[in-house]
Amino acid sequence: MADNAKLPPLPTGTFSARAVAWSKKNLFDGWFNTLLTLGSIAFLVWLIPPLVNWAIVNATLEPTIEGCAEVTGACWGFVNANLRLILFGTYPFEEQWRPLLAMIVLMGIICFSLGGVKYPSFRKAIIPMWVIGVPIIAILMWGGMLGLTYVQNSYWGGLPLTLILSAIGIIFAFPLGLLLALGRQSTMPAIKTISVVYIEVIRGVPLITVLFMASVMFPLFLPDGVTIDKLLRAQIGIILFTAAYLAEVFRGGLQAVPRGQFEAGDSLGLSYWQSMRLIILPQALRLVIPPTVNSFISMLKDTTLVVIIGLFDFLGTVKLALRSDPAWTKYYVEGYAFASAIFFLICFSMAKYSAYLEKELRKGEQR
Amino acid sequence: MTATEAQTTNGVVPPPSNEEVITVSKANKWYGNFHVLKDIDLHVRKGERIVICGPSGSGKSTLIRTLNRLETYQSGEITVDGILLGDDVKNIEAVRREVCMVFQHFNLFPHMTVLENLTLAPIWVRKMPKKEAIDLAMHYLQRVRIAEQAHKFPGQLSGGQQQRVAIARSLCMQPKIMLFDEPTSALDPEMVKEVLDVMVELAKEGMTMLCVTHEMGFAKEVADRVVFMDAGEIVEMAGPQEFFANPKSERTKLFLSQILSH
Repeated sequence: MADNAKLPPLPTGTFSARAVAWSKKNLFDGWFNTLLTLGSIAFLVWLIPPLVNWAIVNATLEPTIEGCAEVTGACWGFVNANLRLILFGTYPFEEQWRPLLAMIVLMGIICFSLGGVKYPSFRKAIIPMWVIGVPIIAILMWGGMLGLTYVQNSYWGGLPLTLILSAIGIIFAFPLGLLLALGRQSTMPAIKTISVVYIEVIRGVPLITVLFMASVMFPLFLPDGVTIDKLLRAQIGIILFTAAYLAEVFRGGLQAVPRGQFEAGDSLGLSYWQSMRLIILPQALRLVIPPTVNSFISMLKDTTLVVIIGLFDFLGTVKLALRSDPAWTKYYVEGYAFASAIFFLICFSMAKYSAYLEKELRKGEQR
Repeated sequence: MTATEAQTTNGVVPPPSNEEVITVSKANKWYGNFHVLKDIDLHVRKGERIVICGPSGSGKSTLIRTLNRLETYQSGEITVDGILLGDDVKNIEAVRREVCMVFQHFNLFPHMTVLENLTLAPIWVRKMPKKEAIDLAMHYLQRVRIAEQAHKFPGQLSGGQQQRVAIARSLCMQPKIMLFDEPTSALDPEMVKEVLDVMVELAKEGMTMLCVTHEMGFAKEVADRVVFMDAGEIVEMAGPQEFFANPKSERTKLFLSQILSH
């Protein structure tokens, strides 16, 4: 073939010769790229050594204020000294094994459920796992039976609270969002109107407002003597809020499924719900995995807003620890860096799982 | 085997019975101000094979899509298999169980294997046990000569293969009537024959068929009647010999000269 003549020759020679060839081609290809490369190197040289010095070389894990005063780097001792307060908030100190165990159970069920994609045999067990798992978590957290002392949920806090609010939020917001998306496409005017109004109103206000309303306004409308738990109200607020966003994500997916798929389902005699469940939703949801996970991630981070109604989520407990002793207060950078790292870990795992899920579902069915 | 399959006699098209299975009388449909179906009258007997042709926009697809209620109609009356098609959802579902449609763009379910595509409706609509549904599906896949592809996804098949799968999917519902909406129009030319062959076989087994198509060879070979539509009306309706040799209206003559000239 004549075209072969135009191909660059394969790199030959020693490793260093090839490295020079590679960087000439990729890093110093013209004056603009050369400038970018040099600029980037300068930036990294400026950034990395001081960062490493601060975070590792000059840092200390010594969990005392005195230990921290001696070093010029990061005071991880703050996190070390307050770890249990940061992780579990004001949950009674002696009982903190319970939220720890509850968290492990929750993560276990979540991992098991997510594994259902790879191992179809898991799938049948997913719902029973949740049905059994959620009461176990509730018993561990609340207690009051099986010899566990009762712990009011106003003492709950930290990472377990964040994870519970997020997990329960996702589990309930997902089906509610689906129903709203289907409702918005309904041919029945009443259902359509309710869905549209709900979605637009909830989307139109900030989550803080929803939480504030749930916490302050809502009890005013309840008859005397009836109270709904503050945590529950926050949880419901989060579910209602997230569902409105998910509804629009799902609607996008439903619109992307070709009309012919609906017609094929109809012409085979499937009912509306059968068509939806077996034909339309599997395709629609697959299309919207990225924006759905996007919503989940932003919801997980939004749970930090419950602090405004007096609940201490994971970020709230970091603040609590900073305030626990005035001497710690100046180590807020370390505190927030730690919180960011944990949030990043959770959110990044979700993002990676979503990428994996997309790849896994696409296997074998190239269009 | 069903009764209709038992009467298969190689090469000979069985005559339709006298039982009327589709009755369309004075059916009208409008899209806004656009009158798509004008006073349509059509009576189809059991076992009859009808080819509907006409220029694009003539309302031929719309007509057969009203027969399983993918399209509504505004006035007149359509009865299929003795069931009046109106707004009653129960009636619509009852008709759809007996009438299957093959689409121009196949409309296979891309997230399911071929076998799952075929067993879906028997399992969920007919409440057939899974094993029985699989046996049935394999039987019809063999009939359309594609059994070896059962575990592939539709996206991995050629157009002709996909359309044969779509036909098998309809057959799995063991319908009394089959509607074909331009089944070969989206196919590459070399794949048209494999699909038409399957349709001819079906016709010879006595299936009641209504087929919107421009494949005039198919019409000549198997149709009992050819219906020509233009501008929302049935302009002419005749047996294939009469229709092709002796078209009455000017519009039919013009249409035939256009599609048969090359």
